[in-house]
Amino acid sequence: MAASQQAAQEAAILRDEGEGPTSTVPPPPGSEGGAVPKGTGDSSLGDRAFRGLTQLFAALVLASVIGMLFVLVTGAWPALRTFGFKFLGSKEWNPVTNQFGALAPLYGTVVTSVIALLVGVPVSFGIALVITELAPRWLKRPIGVAIELLAAIPSIIYGMWGLFVFAPVFSAHLQPWLTEHLGPLPLIGRLFEGPPMGIGMLTAGLILAIMIIPFMAAVMRDVFETVPAALRESAYALGATTWEVVWKVVLPYTRVGVIGGVMLGLGRALGETMAVTFVIGNAHDINLSLFMPGNTISSTLANEFTEAVTPLYTSSLLALALVLFVLTLVVLIIARLMLMRLRAREGERT
Amino acid sequence: MTARPDRIVFRRTRLLVSIVSLVGLSAVLTGGDALAKEGTISGAGATFPYPLYSKWADTYAKDTQVKLNYQAIGSGGGIKQITEGTVDFGASDAPLKPEELDKADLMQFPVVMGAVVPVINLVGIKAGELKMTPDVLAEILMGKLKKWNDPKIVEMNKSLKLPDVAITVVHRSDGSGTTWIFTNYLSKVSPDWQKSVGADKSVAWPVGVGGKGNQGVASYVQRINGSIGYVESAYAVQNKMAHVKLKNQAGTFADPTEEGVQAAAKGADWSKARGFYMVLTDQPGAAAWPISGATFVLLQRKQKDPEVARAVLKFFDWGYRKGDAAAKELGFVPMPSSVVELVEKSWEKDLKDAATGAKVWPAENQASK
Repeated sequence: MAASQQAAQEAAILRDEGEGPTSTVPPPPGSEGGAVPKGTGDSSLGDRAFRGLTQLFAALVLASVIGMLFVLVTGAWPALRTFGFKFLGSKEWNPVTNQFGALAPLYGTVVTSVIALLVGVPVSFGIALVITELAPRWLKRPIGVAIELLAAIPSIIYGMWGLFVFAPVFSAHLQPWLTEHLGPLPLIGRLFEGPPMGIGMLTAGLILAIMIIPFMAAVMRDVFETVPAALRESAYALGATTWEVVWKVVLPYTRVGVIGGVMLGLGRALGETMAVTFVIGNAHDINLSLFMPGNTISSTLANEFTEAVTPLYTSSLLALALVLFVLTLVVLIIARLMLMRLRAREGERT
Repeated sequence: MTARPDRIVFRRTRLLVSIVSLVGLSAVLTGGDALAKEGTISGAGATFPYPLYSKWADTYAKDTQVKLNYQAIGSGGGIKQITEGTVDFGASDAPLKPEELDKADLMQFPVVMGAVVPVINLVGIKAGELKMTPDVLAEILMGKLKKWNDPKIVEMNKSLKLPDVAITVVHRSDGSGTTWIFTNYLSKVSPDWQKSVGADKSVAWPVGVGGKGNQGVASYVQRINGSIGYVESAYAVQNKMAHVKLKNQAGTFADPTEEGVQAAAKGADWSKARGFYMVLTDQPGAAAWPISGATFVLLQRKQKDPEVARAVLKFFDWGYRKGDAAAKELGFVPMPSSVVELVEKSWEKDLKDAATGAKVWPAENQASK
């Protein structure tokens, strides 16, 4: 549950930066750190100590990010020097001949995360809407608590549930249905070919979706609730339908927070390890069909780190970790850029 | 904000975290304490023999007050730790080559054996009913035979009704001594396999899905109709899986029983294997199960603390002498006594006190135990 707390906090940070109306207390003019009126000597010493301590904590965050990057780069260096850019472009992963490439796990990571978002975002959006706009008061609490409970379940439980409960049902009923109805379609049909094993990229993506829904729904609910009642009620008073209120008032007001929530979900999907390892099939291969087994970066690491004996093997695994690090960074940067462009466009409009 | 219930839980989590870290801290402290004491020996490595070592250690501690602290972190980690000398012994499922032993100044010896078993999930086919030759097994695993009713499989199983079901190969996704033994066998019996795939703890599998650990492979095989995988024999028995009869070097279709593994061990000439580098795959012997293997323990040749080394050797000596029943119960196969003799001779020959060069084994007070 600490995670969803953190999720809400991070979303709050994004929101605070994004929108004017949410910061209710205007900073007093000229209130820089040094200008705080001095009290007795004791308390000012306490203040300074407190300030130093908090600054230390903040520095710790930066230091650990830089330290991690340093460790990853030095660890990955032998592999990067041996394979160069081919490491990113090659799907070969052969410990016998010491040939390693990141393409298959990278592909699997991106594809499963995209599936998770495609399924998870609309569902979490719906859940958040029900809680904030549609559900009767007595139902809001139970749904909210249920979502927080789901967010607190350890990922390995999702993995086991996926393998022992979801996969058999999926292979017996859903997969044949998908092959029958979507298989004949041009292009899309290719995604649903192959034997219905219940294990594979699609299963992994769906399990990921279930896992990130509580996170995204919790954040979206929290930000939807920040919309001032006055705004919402004015819209209703003007005769707007629920749909129009959501689309034209709630969403524009909370856009930044919603994107923040989606990014948190994406971050979790990219890095999720155990649940994916259970259901993805762990094959170093790239298949167009979503029914076929694949691999993600984090599941490759979880699978192979313990027995990676040769230095180049270990180094290649660290290089994979570096790729994931960079991938997450790129996602974050894209999210920031999106927010900045949104804000800029808003500026043009007003 | 709206996260009031969160905050309560958050506080609880914080409490939990601090308790956990306290416990962890005390564990580290007492752990360090215990290491300093003479009563504990430490080892790290393969996960496969972990159930046996912990069972042995449990009984042994009652008899002798000597405790074993074994971390099942994987063979790779075990080799690293013993090379660096952070543990008293390392454990590996795959033997190190004599050159590798020389390079790291280590010695190794086999402790117990086990079988790796191809298991299948085909409706109507029971354990030991399906027969296979090594060629057919290799071709299936390379994805060359795609259906269970392929003429090559039907040919030696005329009495069975093999369905028109696609074959799904299930392999290990994590690096593993089991995979090492299995692929070592395949490389010996199929030149094609050796050329295109090879043998290692993890290989580039031509086809199939990967399960994590023996349990992962076992559950994938049980999930997928028409699948074939490979697990340690103990898992095949526990999960009541259908094993395949394999044609061995002598031409008989063998079963992965205790007798089958011991037959393979007897057929092997251990006395000629330098550093006990012996792989029990594809061994002669009428009943020999062709995919057998031993699990190994690694020690530093030059012992900084001969007392600790003696404690380790005493533990394994005890295991050889009194641990057979426990081993069999867990699905392991004890080493033949002729091999145990060779092992204890090598302790005498290869292990030296780093400071004085004196022998570490036999222990002087061995009779008093």
